Amino acid sequence: MRELITLHVNGERHEVAVLLHHTLLEVLREDMGLIGTKHGCELGECGACTVLLDGVPVLSCLTLPVEVQENEITTIEGLEEHGKLHPLQETFAELGAAQCGYCTPGILLSGVALLQTHPHPTREQMKDFLAGNLCRCTGYTKIYAAVDAAAQRMAGGDPANVHPQVEVAHE
Amino acid sequence: MNKLQAESGKTVQAYNVIGTPRPKVDAYAKVTGRALYADDIHLPRMLYGKLLRSPHAHARILSIDTRRAAELPGVLAVLTGADLPQKFGILPSSQDEHALAIDKVRYVGDPVAAVAALDPDILDEACKLIDVEYEVLPALMSIDEALAHPEVKINDEARIGNIHKAVSYEFGEIDAAFAAADYIREDWFYYEGNNHAPLETHACVAQWEPNPSDPVGGKLTLWSSTQTPHYVHRELSKVLGVPQSHIRVIAPHVGGGFGGKSDPFSHEICACELSRRTGRPVKITCTREEVFLIHRGRHPVKMWIKTGVRRDGTLLAMHFRSFLDGGAYGSYGLASTYYTGALQTVTYKLPCYKFEGMRLFTNKPPCGPKRGHGTTQPRYALEVHLDKLAHDLNIDPVELRRHNLIEPNTRTVNGLRVTSCALDECLAQAIERSGWNAFQARKNATDAPPLRRGMGIAASSYICGAGKPIYWNNLPHSAVQIRLDRGGGVTVYCGATDIGQGSTSVLAAIAAEVLGIQPERIHLETADTTLTPVDLGSYSSRVTFMAGNAALAAAHKLQQQLFAVVAEHLHVPAERLHAANDGIYDEDDPGIMLPFAQAVQLAEARFGALVAAGSYTPPEDIHGDYKGAGVGPSPAYSYSVCVAQVAVDEETGEITVEKLWLAHDVGLALNPLLVAGQVEGGAYMGYGEAVMEQQVFRKGRHKIPSLLDYKLATTIDTPEIETILIEIPDREGPFGGKEAGQGPLNPVIPAIANAVYNAIGVRIDEVPITPDKVLKALKTLSQGKGTGLQPTHSPSPWPTRLITWQPEEDLVADGQRTGPVSVRGGES
Repeated sequence: MRELITLHVNGERHEVAVLLHHTLLEVLREDMGLIGTKHGCELGECGACTVLLDGVPVLSCLTLPVEVQENEITTIEGLEEHGKLHPLQETFAELGAAQCGYCTPGILLSGVALLQTHPHPTREQMKDFLAGNLCRCTGYTKIYAAVDAAAQRMAGGDPANVHPQVEVAHE
Repeated sequence: MNKLQAESGKTVQAYNVIGTPRPKVDAYAKVTGRALYADDIHLPRMLYGKLLRSPHAHARILSIDTRRAAELPGVLAVLTGADLPQKFGILPSSQDEHALAIDKVRYVGDPVAAVAALDPDILDEACKLIDVEYEVLPALMSIDEALAHPEVKINDEARIGNIHKAVSYEFGEIDAAFAAADYIREDWFYYEGNNHAPLETHACVAQWEPNPSDPVGGKLTLWSSTQTPHYVHRELSKVLGVPQSHIRVIAPHVGGGFGGKSDPFSHEICACELSRRTGRPVKITCTREEVFLIHRGRHPVKMWIKTGVRRDGTLLAMHFRSFLDGGAYGSYGLASTYYTGALQTVTYKLPCYKFEGMRLFTNKPPCGPKRGHGTTQPRYALEVHLDKLAHDLNIDPVELRRHNLIEPNTRTVNGLRVTSCALDECLAQAIERSGWNAFQARKNATDAPPLRRGMGIAASSYICGAGKPIYWNNLPHSAVQIRLDRGGGVTVYCGATDIGQGSTSVLAAIAAEVLGIQPERIHLETADTTLTPVDLGSYSSRVTFMAGNAALAAAHKLQQQLFAVVAEHLHVPAERLHAANDGIYDEDDPGIMLPFAQAVQLAEARFGALVAAGSYTPPEDIHGDYKGAGVGPSPAYSYSVCVAQVAVDEETGEITVEKLWLAHDVGLALNPLLVAGQVEGGAYMGYGEAVMEQQVFRKGRHKIPSLLDYKLATTIDTPEIETILIEIPDREGPFGGKEAGQGPLNPVIPAIANAVYNAIGVRIDEVPITPDKVLKALKTLSQGKGTGLQPTHSPSPWPTRLITWQPEEDLVADGQRTGPVSVRGGES
């Protein structure tokens, strides 16, 4: 039996008929068409399904929708404002922090939450904060670079595109 | 600038697009959640499918009764092996899989039945209602068990006992070379298997569209998270009995592959058949546990290596044996077996070489290709073995390597053509950047017990695409079509599959450079067997080299057409024209210019619709002429050197890899940002394999089929990685480019292993090097019971005919010779 619940997602109020045992991940993807939220394990192990609950990263695969009807949910689709990307989205693209892109929505949401609480995170703070988000492609290197660059951009330090630094030894 | 120095004789001008770090063409789709992956596809009236998998590692199927499942409300179709009896497999010589098991199951996870239902929630219940009666058989779970019990026949493809394939080669006068050696060393190594663990689990959506007026009955479309749409296309046709002309396979965005999505899979075939039977689209999305079970990952390999050297460290002869634990089916295993032997000769000068390889069937998930396919394990063994040799001879391990490095433009003793090679520069850079000499000079001085620091080094090489296709034929390995629209639009069509490595961005960059436009202008249609010309797939690190050359050829043809009409229009000789910045202009007077879109219109008026195709076939003359010579040759090889710095806690056995320096010879980095990303990703994955990742089994079952228990390196574990790109353009690579996707992984594992020895003075000759092994090895050492931890030895009856081969004298001497290159059609 489906039950009608109210979810506040990306600033919009939605009434959704859900199966009560379905996770927030399933409801976002299957019932609401918000397929930007990914799943890598559905057991709380990989972080791909990370969304923000009142600005705090949670694993949507371990969250039941009925429990979060009072909270503001942010998915990857909610990071843009009127087509303008969040600085962390911009720097992820510019600096190659997304390879296959599958962990990217989850890491972006964790990263945005990190920048909210730590506007200039140290490398150690980044590692601690992002440790629940697995990435198989990047070795995390370019993700750190993108977080650093976004922090600068949000502080007004680098309004233009950042310039990726790749050292090449020519012979 | 689109004229290479060698062709024009002019000084090379800076390229406009090539060589510039820039975002991937799909970066913004990925950072906004717009990129569609297979499981994101939702079609009207779509059903959900699931496979019932074997709970037994080895059992005979006595009966299957699907009636109760079929009667469950919401279930629309149930399939068993009898519905899909045609065998298949990625290699034409290992057609040993059924979409659903017939008669026997061979590993826990072998698919037995498939169900389609209205709602995914029904699927588990439906699977429980399928009654399968099994007669459990003895299960063989290791190389040694498979060798010891030939009477337990796992797979009929095995020629003797459970030996899937045994090969034996001798190149050069090996006995004489060993007899002439001043010193000979032998070692055993073991490399445990591991999984690719892409973040996206395998998923597909199949849609059968009936057409009663067509004798075939309809057309089929499959969207799948695959690295090889072309081979899925072939195998679907074979198993379903539907002509390839009626099947369309599309790879949407793929959430990582690393080799794990290179086989045609049961879930793909079953989704198609379920769709054909129900007339509705069917989606099957694998769980994480299923990804570990369908596997096709790194083979566990036991290796024995014996090398004879001169006193000064010159390599004279090497004898290498590999025993591969193949799991239950063939997959790419025949190629994997050859790859454990083929590339030993490509990194160091080796005048004599003997290789014996053997792949065994076991009752484990089938192994296949993972990043570095078959070369990763022997590279680990070889580089640790060389380190030991250096210590025995009291030669610096860096010097031993430098002394033996292969030189560019040579032919190896097993007949492989080597062209560009910047290994010496990789070695020099890695040593310099890592501060190797200073570290070794002050080693132990700053160690605070129980922490001990060490540095290790290893070198490696990898293919830039397999020189031979999976189905041997004379067709191109890659093709690209480019269409110019009179509005100035450019569309590039190519079967190449972007699994995150950036192959689509490579196509865009190459077409943009030649046509003088921004890559962002280009529309890209890729990995669609109906729309795009064939590219064999994203395996063997082939796409930049092969699809890149095809794109270059297609773009040059169009450039020639544009230049012909612009030359007339501007009254400038075509040789003086240059395409850049959305225009075509006179190099001598850049003020004389025609915008790109206008040039396209002039050309369309003259030539008709502007569509050009380019294709790439590797040169012929790149390998020996013996049976089995088809695995190992490549139009070019990349080279890498890794230095690892570790800290080992002698009390807990914990290994911290503090930093990896990775110097990679990429020929020319078409987009340095993406190349660095590939190197970093390879270093990360190599690190995980070296110290934590492993597939382990207990009582026939995968012990840890989850991302929590199967250890993947997190942000906290992953070491700092410093990438150094070495550029000496390869003369056949597109703009000189070579691969970066797989090669950089290989030296990481032995570099870490050598660093652990450097830190604690004890060898652990098994990968992964886990804390328990460190403690065990230290204990062995302290009790005087040995010098480290070695794997058990395996017997060596080699039940196969020895093939001996020697390169012709002139072949070796004439290393400069290159084969014909079927690219660059119609360059300006």
